Amino acid sequence: MVRKTHVATTINGEPVEFLCEARQSLLEVLRETVGLTGSKEGCNNGNCGACTVLLDGQPVDSCLVLAVEVDGAQITTIEGLAKDSHLHPIQQCFLEDAALQCGICTPGFIMSAKALLDRNPNPSEHAIRFQLAGNLCRCTGYDKIIRAVQDSAKRMAEQTK
Amino acid sequence: MTPKSEQKKFKVIGTRPIRHDGADKVTGRAVYGADLRLSGLVHGKILRSPHAHARVKSIDTSAAEKLPGVLAVATRADMPDLKDKIADLGEGSVNLAHLGANVLAHDKVYYKGHAVAAVAAANPHVAEEAVKLIKVDYEVLPAVTWVMDAMKDDAPLLHSDVFTKSMGKKSSKPSNVPTHIHFEKGNIEEGFKAADVIVQREFKTASVHQGYIEPHVSTALWNQDGHVTVWTATQGAFTARAQTAELLQIPVSQVTVVPCEIGGGFGGKIAVYLEPVAAMLSRKCGRPVKMVMTREDVFEGTGPTPGSFMRVKLGATKDGKLVAGEAWLAYDAGAFPSGVIGPGAMCVFSCYELPHAKVDGYDVVNNKPKTQAYRAPGATQAAFACETVIDELAEKLKIDPIEFRLKNAAKEGTRRVDGPVYPRVGLVETLEAAKSSPHWKSKLEGKYRGRGIASGYWFNIGLKSSVAANVNNDGTVSLIEGSTDIGGTRTSIAMQFAETLGITAEAVHPRVGDTDSVGYTDLTGGSRTTFATGLAAHEVALDIQRQMTERAAILWECEASQVQVEDGVYCHKDKKFTFAELAGQLGHTGGPVVGRATVSPEGASNGFGTHMVDVEVDPDTAKVTILRYTAIQDAGRAIHPSYVEGQMQGGAVQGIGWALNEEYVYNDQGRMENASYLDYRMPTALDVPAIETIIVEVPNPAHPYGVRGVGETPIIAPPAAIANAIYAATGVRMTELPMSPPRLWAAMTKGKNT
Amino acid sequence: MKDFEFQTATTVDEAVSLLAARGDRARVLTGGTDLIVQLRENLREADLVVDVKKIPELMEYRLTEQGLLLGAGVPCYRLYGDEAICKAYPALVDSARIIGGWQIQSRASIGGNLCNSSPAADSVPTLIAYDVVCHIAGPEGRRTVPVAEFCTAPGRNVLKRGELLTSLEFPAAGKHSSGAYLRFIPRNEMDIAVVGAGAWVQLDAKGETIERSRLALAAVAPTPLFLADASASLAGKPATAETFKQAGEMASAIAKPINDKRGTVEYRKHLAGVLVERSLAGAVRRARGETWDPHE
Repeated sequence: MVRKTHVATTINGEPVEFLCEARQSLLEVLRETVGLTGSKEGCNNGNCGACTVLLDGQPVDSCLVLAVEVDGAQITTIEGLAKDSHLHPIQQCFLEDAALQCGICTPGFIMSAKALLDRNPNPSEHAIRFQLAGNLCRCTGYDKIIRAVQDSAKRMAEQTK
Repeated sequence: MTPKSEQKKFKVIGTRPIRHDGADKVTGRAVYGADLRLSGLVHGKILRSPHAHARVKSIDTSAAEKLPGVLAVATRADMPDLKDKIADLGEGSVNLAHLGANVLAHDKVYYKGHAVAAVAAANPHVAEEAVKLIKVDYEVLPAVTWVMDAMKDDAPLLHSDVFTKSMGKKSSKPSNVPTHIHFEKGNIEEGFKAADVIVQREFKTASVHQGYIEPHVSTALWNQDGHVTVWTATQGAFTARAQTAELLQIPVSQVTVVPCEIGGGFGGKIAVYLEPVAAMLSRKCGRPVKMVMTREDVFEGTGPTPGSFMRVKLGATKDGKLVAGEAWLAYDAGAFPSGVIGPGAMCVFSCYELPHAKVDGYDVVNNKPKTQAYRAPGATQAAFACETVIDELAEKLKIDPIEFRLKNAAKEGTRRVDGPVYPRVGLVETLEAAKSSPHWKSKLEGKYRGRGIASGYWFNIGLKSSVAANVNNDGTVSLIEGSTDIGGTRTSIAMQFAETLGITAEAVHPRVGDTDSVGYTDLTGGSRTTFATGLAAHEVALDIQRQMTERAAILWECEASQVQVEDGVYCHKDKKFTFAELAGQLGHTGGPVVGRATVSPEGASNGFGTHMVDVEVDPDTAKVTILRYTAIQDAGRAIHPSYVEGQMQGGAVQGIGWALNEEYVYNDQGRMENASYLDYRMPTALDVPAIETIIVEVPNPAHPYGVRGVGETPIIAPPAAIANAIYAATGVRMTELPMSPPRLWAAMTKGKNT
Repeated sequence: MKDFEFQTATTVDEAVSLLAARGDRARVLTGGTDLIVQLRENLREADLVVDVKKIPELMEYRLTEQGLLLGAGVPCYRLYGDEAICKAYPALVDSARIIGGWQIQSRASIGGNLCNSSPAADSVPTLIAYDVVCHIAGPEGRRTVPVAEFCTAPGRNVLKRGELLTSLEFPAAGKHSSGAYLRFIPRNEMDIAVVGAGAWVQLDAKGETIERSRLALAAVAPTPLFLADASASLAGKPATAETFKQAGEMASAIAKPINDKRGTVEYRKHLAGVLVERSLAGAVRRARGETWDPHE
């Protein structure tokens, strides 16, 4: 039996330590060991984006990151977006624009959208669709998701004034 | 019943409140099946057949059982014998032996991916390793996957106990064709004689999967008191309970199903797969067992929609009146009988007034996973055929495609080929809306660009729904709904309840109940939920209102009949209470107010839609780009317009995927080659434009708010609309789905018309 | 997944000795976007996985007038985020932008894509077109291999026991020269290339004649192909649509694709021609100082 590895990392701004097997993905450890089930498994091979988290600020498919790799890294998951009792503007816009139906892809989309808007505060529709092509949705047909990201850009711009 | 829509303007209906489960869904807090945490939880994994068709001679689980960490193993030997058992699971009778064999194979496996055995272990990776140690002795048999090959006399026979049922008779020899359906209207020979133009074409479609992002997941606990609790992703907690109980041959009262939040269904999460297996593993190890499918398992081991072969012939007079129609349809059933040929045969000509018609439909078993419903099951295939032929007829007669459809559109009084006569329906209204839409009026210019249009129909079902409601003393109401919520229905149901009672949507706290908490409710599917459970919500609101009126009468010392209710305000002479004020007084009037309702509405709500699409085809690569798309549908009454739009957009994009790229690719051993999201190509955000929507409202006379189901109709028209657009762009009529680049290119280069 | 040992190397020598000790039971981990899937689906096996992302030489890139030295583990997103790289080696950016989606590009590296050695790899036609040299470190020291010789069969390459790709060396991006990479996929993102074409041209000062050219194709043979004859035939030809078409026809004839779930033989041969024609046209436009977007 291979011994478990001790990993020390920062998740949503807080120090977190865990033990894991080398074969466990970051997604598996977030969900099963750390208890953050907001990131979802849709395919386990990097084709649907439901497991998207930010790893040192970059959006990644957490199913394709080994948990042992994140020692010393900064991870942001969907659970880290809302501040105290307030939803993040992206979360709020997704609700107002009805950009979710079953909701399973929603955390992944919100994380990708955050990564996009952090870099490009005013993206075109094409840029949004291009950057979010790694997140699959089967319920909405994407239309309201794109609108929600556009509205989020506006809302976030207003808030920084 | 005069729809309220014609009486006054609405306060809640037609508005767009934020869904009640919204905060949980955008923060990752909502508990889907795989998120469930239970003390002592262990993990189950399934061994699946690598062969498309084989006899299972023996299963040796000894090596798996010896692997450290393995807690239980289950095979067919552990499951009860269901031979010759039939059960009514709410939508007609089901052959339990077939359902059970699909869940865990008996003496044969019928498709690659067919479940054969299962293992439970505390570590899911150990369970996976153990599964690999199970030795199965297979006798491989020849496999057949193409529906027409399966119908041949010399095709490999799947079931020796399946005979063809046709027109009330049963065949003497076993066959791969369990059912032949036949509908007839008028006299088609006469009909075609009167036609000036006749078009006949043959069509092929491939197996396509619902593609929900959440894989199937179930957790079961067979408790030490004998009670089985199942937490599962299901479109119907009560049907899951009935199936699980029947497959385990235990009383329904011994099973509780708790529906988790569900990550998409579209018809694919109605039949059970994991529930009985998880329960059996739990019985053996005494721990709750969670089982999650991999994406590959989902493609290979659940229920895609049928592939098909279809022949459609339509005849019309030179001024564009349809006179006769003939359809011959063969649909996969997959591994076991009873696919969706019935609805396909019912819907093929359902958009049109057709005086003479004949439809023959064949259910065909073959070595593919057992087919299940996928959003208007069977109708998309049939519409691809019919709407392409309609387009060709209109073109030959030089009549505008919308005008042609208007000339022949089904209306109130039209009799469908299979018998029912339509009440007031809205196809004409969708066609008129199409005609006057900005999209239709816009000019499409450029080479290799074309516009196409198609219509579609789904009957939508009624079935049974139950709800319960508790009035809180602050004027809010807790509403327990029996319908699982796949797309936001808990809110649209709460809105109907709020409208009837005269309170705000925010004052309602809807919850989806489990099978112990709420009355029997049929599945969420069939476009029935906003309609039927909404109707139940309306009834329970009336029940609450009646009781509140009685309570006001107690306080005001008058007769209940003397209390008026207007917009949720209770009055008598100069006295009044708002609902909230009255709720605060309930303690003085005998205690809490609890309401209940259960409904079983008859008849369909009849959803018609018309879609139009502009495409551009790259002449060198045959890649199709969707330039513009408009979905038009009669919703009867849009309770929450955002979610009606969402159903239309979601269904349209699924239809686009079906049209352009989605298919099961089989090799010649009957194995699926593309069982992953990499090569099973669903549209990404970059593959589709904005989907414009136009909601038409022709109120359904059978619902107090005029609601018609909307969920399924939007997937029907897209493939035909796109095929018609591709024809306009290239002069090539595609008759095979998907119209992927290699196929379209081959058709374009080898000469027009396949 | 079967469990394995995980080690992080901080120097090239450390990585080499870990790999040499276990041979083909050890695998190198850069982005993991191919390896983790393969381990999970039992397409590859490993007893030891060696993470090389803490080795500075593999994670840095240096762009100078002599060219570009690209560490084998540098993730794609860092390339398209660098304006100087976008200007000097636009075909490299074309490839980096389309390997998987954004989440994949955050991790996947060009070096990893090369070492995975898929016949359909999106980076390799670009690397061949740019005439890149592969720097390899192993138990017997360092060596170099021209990238066109690197892949030897589907999933296989020239790396020997204990060897590790450390960096990729691009020649200087001179005046009046540029490259383009184009692939065909049935959707707009997230697919494996049905055919991929990389082109590089050196034009004369007037931008009218092709002095030298290198053309490469992916997914039409067991390995990515350098089209030596077709490339050589372009020398001295006018940089016109007629020339591009001829190059396409030659490419179509050379391509030896298979029928599989992503495309048929006829279709791939046809696409090879179309994409070589289009990518060559794109390289020429860029060499003239114009912009060219592969997604148009």
